[in-house]
Amino acid sequence: MRLYSIAIYLFLYVPIFIIVLFSFNAGRHASELRGLSLQWYGKALANPFVVDAFVTSLVVALTVAILSTLMGTAAALALQRLKGTLRILFDGMIYISIMIPGIVIGIATLVALVTVFNFLNPLLASVWPEGVKPLKLNMGYATVIAAHTLFTMSLVIILVRARIAGMDRTLIEASTDLYATPWRTFYQITLPQIFPAILSGFLLSFTFSFDDFIISFFVAGANTTLPVYIFSSIRRGITPEVNAIGTMVLAVSLILLMAAQYLLHARTNR
Amino acid sequence: MLKNEDSKPNHWLTAALLMPTTMWFVFMLILPLIVILIFSFGERAAVGGYAASFTFEQYANLPSRLKAFQNTMIFAPIGTLLSLFMAYPLAYYLALRVDRRYKFILLVLVIVPFWTSLLIRTYAWIFILGGRGIPLMLEWIGIEGVRLVNTPGAVLIGIVYGYLPLMVFPIFVSLEKIDKNLLEASNDLGGTPFKTFMQITLPLSMLGVATGCMLVFILLMGEFLIPAFLGGGKVFFIGNALVDLFLQSRNWPFGSAVSVTLVVIMLITVSLYMRLTMRTKTGRDESLM
Repeated sequence: MRLYSIAIYLFLYVPIFIIVLFSFNAGRHASELRGLSLQWYGKALANPFVVDAFVTSLVVALTVAILSTLMGTAAALALQRLKGTLRILFDGMIYISIMIPGIVIGIATLVALVTVFNFLNPLLASVWPEGVKPLKLNMGYATVIAAHTLFTMSLVIILVRARIAGMDRTLIEASTDLYATPWRTFYQITLPQIFPAILSGFLLSFTFSFDDFIISFFVAGANTTLPVYIFSSIRRGITPEVNAIGTMVLAVSLILLMAAQYLLHARTNR
Repeated sequence: MLKNEDSKPNHWLTAALLMPTTMWFVFMLILPLIVILIFSFGERAAVGGYAASFTFEQYANLPSRLKAFQNTMIFAPIGTLLSLFMAYPLAYYLALRVDRRYKFILLVLVIVPFWTSLLIRTYAWIFILGGRGIPLMLEWIGIEGVRLVNTPGAVLIGIVYGYLPLMVFPIFVSLEKIDKNLLEASNDLGGTPFKTFMQITLPLSMLGVATGCMLVFILLMGEFLIPAFLGGGKVFFIGNALVDLFLQSRNWPFGSAVSVTLVVIMLITVSLYMRLTMRTKTGRDESLM
């Protein structure tokens, strides 16, 4: 059984290792290894499309992570006090937004927003002051961020709620008994206890958004994210440059994930 | 923020805290789903997109994409079962055999790939299965003319590779929870290892198995990348048909009808499945991480 497990770990990691190895390829062809060099990283970083897509991905992922952490944590705290039908409704929404396939979210968001925008844009243009270029609603940063946040916000709610459920309630009672204001109790007792879950929610949201392809593919408009760029360059042909970009993407998510896992389990697995 | 039982709950605060989330659910989830539901009864405008109408034409036209539905409904269960059979022994080993000190790090090593880019991990297999990967190695040992990429087998490898981690985790959690005294008791009472496994370990881990299967199955139903990269147009899923309908032929009403059908099939399968397997409600929250 140990041998089997080793085989599975190899199965999981050898392909990743191959991508990393071939990204240091000195040769010109993707699949022939001719010595090691960093030239493809240089090429990738000198490519304005790659840099643009990378910056877009970072901006989107960071905004998504901040938004979903704030909204998700707020909702998780409030849901503790919600009972009855409303609670069931909310739980339903949370699970639906996590379970519905990304492709359906992407399509439905695209179709709905394009329709709404087509309806609003003439209206906006008609009320806009003369001589100023009217605001035109379009697919772009805002739409990707909003679509990603639907999923990651629900993820944060689930993570934080699990943490609240495992929290020591006597501390809160003690704090209230000692005449601490509700705000102070939250700040000094609740927040420090749920903080690891919030932080790992932040990191997971960032990674999800940074790696997501299918939702961005539909709703990113002209703001190409890095996975969308990688997808279209793979379609055009496999080059060592793709391996270099892929390795950088893997590195970003691996570092954040290790941090998230550590935070999530470090204090619970005593 | 967590109120003491005897203090009066502050309804305004609760409402304010839930406000942004509610808005997101309404505008980014409910509204879009209603829009595609409405569109699925419409007609395709001459230039593509949507023209208002009320017709069942789009649904009547569904059989033209029958192949995509069939492929999805064949590959998703097979892929789920393959992942299960590969994941169970590993979860068992991690939960019951590994030294406590290494358990956490070994588990993290399984989960981490799931959260890294599926795009790049699937791309790696184009590389490995493509002409200069495994086929070239086979040529060295004298086996020629093997084609691996763009075959059903390649799609299945991609599926197992992509979703194995998601299967391992819930099974691990349920195995980990088993009271070790039960296993010892069975052993003391003369149960063979096989009998102990069949009568105690396996039944007690069924919840994890069910959760894992459901998670993987749901994701496979909406899969696009793996068949796009490894199926080469021969093995295509509903997801590939959807991308084609929305971005190539711009047939929004028909695409909407396909999406609605996909969601309905998914909801029916999942609720049937849950009714069959999840009599007890536990372990769902943690199964997601």
